[in-house]
Amino acid sequence: MAFESLANRLQNAFDKLRGRGKIDETIVNEAMREVRLALLEADVNFKVVKDFVARVKERAVGQEVMKSLTPGQMVIKIVNEELVALMGGNAVGLTMAHRPPTVIMMAGLQGAGKTTTTGKLAKYLQKQNRKPLLVAGDIYRPAAIKQLQVLGEQLGVPVFTLGDQVSPVDIARQAIEHAKTNHLDVVLIDTAGRLHIDEALMDELKQIREVTKPDEILLVVDAMTGQDAVNVAESFNSQLELTGVVLTKLDGDTRGGAALSVKAVTGKPIKFAAMGEKLDALEPFHPDRMASRILGMGDVLSLIEKAQASVDEEKARDMERQMRQGEFSFDMFLDSMQQLRNLGPFEDILGMLPGMNKMKGKMNVDEKQIARVEAIAKSMTKAERANPDLLNANRRKRIANGSGTSIQEVNRFLKQFEEMKKMMKQFSGAADKMVKKSKKKGFAGLPFMGKGGGNNQGGMNFPFNFKPPFK
Amino acid sequence: MSFFKRLRDAIVQKSEEVTQKFTDGLSKTRDLLVEKVEDLVRRYKKIDDDFFDELEEILITSDVGVNTVMELIDDLRSEVRKQKIENAVDLQPILSEKLVALLKNDEAADTSLNVQDGRVNVILFVGVNGVGKTTTIGKMAHMFKQQGKKVLLAAGDTFRAAAIEQLEVWGGRVGVEVIKQQQGSDPAAVIYDAIQAAKSRQVDVLLCDTAGRLQNKVNLMEELAKVHRVLQRELPGAPHEVLLVLDATTGQNALSQAKTFGQSAGVSGLVLTKLDGTAKGGIVIAIRNELNIPVKYVGLGEGMDDLQQFDPEQFVHALFAGLIQKEEAEAQENA
Repeated sequence: MAFESLANRLQNAFDKLRGRGKIDETIVNEAMREVRLALLEADVNFKVVKDFVARVKERAVGQEVMKSLTPGQMVIKIVNEELVALMGGNAVGLTMAHRPPTVIMMAGLQGAGKTTTTGKLAKYLQKQNRKPLLVAGDIYRPAAIKQLQVLGEQLGVPVFTLGDQVSPVDIARQAIEHAKTNHLDVVLIDTAGRLHIDEALMDELKQIREVTKPDEILLVVDAMTGQDAVNVAESFNSQLELTGVVLTKLDGDTRGGAALSVKAVTGKPIKFAAMGEKLDALEPFHPDRMASRILGMGDVLSLIEKAQASVDEEKARDMERQMRQGEFSFDMFLDSMQQLRNLGPFEDILGMLPGMNKMKGKMNVDEKQIARVEAIAKSMTKAERANPDLLNANRRKRIANGSGTSIQEVNRFLKQFEEMKKMMKQFSGAADKMVKKSKKKGFAGLPFMGKGGGNNQGGMNFPFNFKPPFK
Repeated sequence: MSFFKRLRDAIVQKSEEVTQKFTDGLSKTRDLLVEKVEDLVRRYKKIDDDFFDELEEILITSDVGVNTVMELIDDLRSEVRKQKIENAVDLQPILSEKLVALLKNDEAADTSLNVQDGRVNVILFVGVNGVGKTTTIGKMAHMFKQQGKKVLLAAGDTFRAAAIEQLEVWGGRVGVEVIKQQQGSDPAAVIYDAIQAAKSRQVDVLLCDTAGRLQNKVNLMEELAKVHRVLQRELPGAPHEVLLVLDATTGQNALSQAKTFGQSAGVSGLVLTKLDGTAKGGIVIAIRNELNIPVKYVGLGEGMDDLQQFDPEQFVHALFAGLIQKEEAEAQENA
């Protein structure tokens, strides 16, 4: 895809612009062209992009460049800040009625994930010691009621249904009565998916709203939605006055520009993000994470930024020194894992490194695999961690048991660790030269950037064929 | 003969009813894409950078895809230079022609399904969650039934709550049987049962549903590969078609879906659903331009008969209906 090279193109554009003290218009224009493409590729609506770019330009021109950044990076920093601001500050929770039951109504297009999300919300509320009631208001889609009933059964949450011959408006009305008499304090009304241009069905939603006076009207939006997201959100909002948005299917590889579009046109907060198929995969929405995902190049800048903040400089220098002497212990390995962790999910970090985007698809970044490796290292004693030579067959067996893995896995890890150690040695030699050439000390200070052998692309798991981010 | 005239002639031989479905179903896309281009051409007398910017905007808002749009705009710019075009109006036919060329970039690609008499034809449906796989199967079962074929459905979505029931409702509506197991059972086992049943009952077409899965879930894609293997083993040559169902409201991720499913599930064709309600026919252009998978069917409405075989000419005709009528009117005036 075209996008793979975007981070690189951006980097090139920035390289040309090094060494200027202030951001002038040429720099901004150059950088904004890339930003614009990035946003469009992420499915942010064209109009939203246009407004956004104009606003950032205005703010960026004439800004002083921070010492550690190039002017281009400075522009991206501003872009990111603006994105976060646009997406809303902190996560917003659900509004609860003063007098129960609280009524929450779901709406959205077909296939956005309303019914599943309704189930997930019930689970979320359950965890907060609420007693939700699921209301089967989708009488049109075959087996939609059954779907909600199955979910209700799995969760142990009551489901209110009057079959598919009663109008959803009546169902909603009676459901609230039912909740009152049975002391259930949150009523979740599932509705049928509908096109925003379908007047008859939109009227039905309006009637449900009239009758139930919901405390929350949530629009469920598929994160993969394209340019049309704006129209959908706009028309649902103008007809129903939404109180918030739930973004679904965010566990896919979509960049999710729809989030920005929806927020920009409705002004309503995105309250939740659905991140998986299981019923507990519903999380409060984090605007900052979404911002860098949409931009798809939180890369250069935010890696530096985050790395500077989260890597303990002292520790890093210590480690670097040890590494240079060819010492690399499991303790250091765990430390560096932890520091990388602090930066965010591994896959994101990979994406942040210029040139790594291409690798992203090919490499299987399996978080579970990483967790297993960590478990192995953590199951060692202090002495073992400092001195891997101690690890005889008996100890390995104990470690396998302790970490819930197999001896084979332990052995594989030990072998890879040895290789990594070798690479570190080579790499630290190369890094010396690099440091002299490049001023980007943030990277040089980062341990754990072993050099992958050229022949093992894709075959091995993440930590062991990590290429250094240098060009 | 003008370009539109030729297109009109090509369409005339086709059924009026189908043409009507395309024209109605794509009305939203037409309003957005074509009429905005017309409006643009009317407003700009001269071609300049702003003109191209706005054109780019119109194309991108129809989800044509940044890549494709950039190529298109570059093409147009060089045409303008080469032919020394100054008036915006003169650019319009060139743009339309380029769009058609994109849609028809591999004319050899057959949009008909690989279904033959005298054997069990297996069609596997794959796609991400909520695109309309089960509904498409229902509609396609209806279509085959109308053609007098014996159809069997396999409830391979054993994951989502009530997905099996949903397929059963469709089976009841259309009047075909559904092979199923419990929710949570191994989909490959269901498919195995279904194919045995299909063989012994000598059905013509077996339509296999699968659970929706996001294309970046490695395990779930492996599960699909297993289903594929079982099919191949139990019936040499099967599956005869693997159809990836795409939601037309999806943005650029549709390309990623087509690519990943194409690689791991051997997708042989696409079904584009929900094309009627939204303004997003543009993704068809992007898919045809960037991938080698033909769009075989499109969902143009909610009714049982609203699944139509994709026809690039019909598609383009529906998009440019307004323009064609205008040109015909002008031709009559001149005559």
